[in-house]
Amino acid sequence: MKAWLLLGIIVASTVMADLLQSTEMKRHGEIRDFHPRGLGRLVANLARKKYLILAVVFMAASFFAFMTLLEVADLSFAVPASAATLVFETILARLVLKERVDSRRWVGACLVACGVALLAK
Amino acid sequence: MRPDSRLHWKTRVFAIIVVLSNALGNFSLAWGMRHRETNSLMDYFAAIFSPWVMLGISLLILWLLSRMALLSWADLSYVLPVTSLGYVASAIIGRFFLSEQITPQRWAGTLLIVAGTVLVGRGSPHAKGEL
Repeated sequence: MKAWLLLGIIVASTVMADLLQSTEMKRHGEIRDFHPRGLGRLVANLARKKYLILAVVFMAASFFAFMTLLEVADLSFAVPASAATLVFETILARLVLKERVDSRRWVGACLVACGVALLAK
Repeated sequence: MRPDSRLHWKTRVFAIIVVLSNALGNFSLAWGMRHRETNSLMDYFAAIFSPWVMLGISLLILWLLSRMALLSWADLSYVLPVTSLGYVASAIIGRFFLSEQITPQRWAGTLLIVAGTVLVGRGSPHAKGEL
């Protein structure tokens, strides 16, 4: 029961972290300046974005939930969780981020999800 | 160079950085934490400032920043399958450096991930066509 609860926390927080990051970075627009000074300014600028701060909080929650999950469950249970995340996120990328997810991306996401599930011992 | 060709190359370079920094970062962390006892707060600090763990943390910061950069122009539904190649890189690192076994089932998983990555990677990183 505890393992399923942790799994739920991992999936939900990973999905939230990625949706927030993607939204904020799209709002920023394509990064073109890769000179050290430009990058320094960029990081300082991004560190003030609320969505990105929230995304890092969700990533930390996901990380600690994953470490706790490894104490109560095997890696073979924990790893396929990330495969479930991939499918959820593709669905939400279509519904929330309004991305144009064509058949190539759906098939690709499903192939990768099945592959990750098989990688677990 | 045509704009979409430039974007394709930039996307590939960043996808490689994301994949390698994630796999090598996790490996460095795992290597640094091996056989280490962390019973007290001081043990944790000692672990964090050990060279392998520092390298692992630096690589994972690079992973986070390069992935954010990639998301500034590429769709999430593109980035996710393409950067899943990190699972394959981790399996290969585990095979060569940690002497983990790769069973036929795991090889099949690796092939499926590579197939999914290649399939999505051949498409456009940004399907709305605004860039």
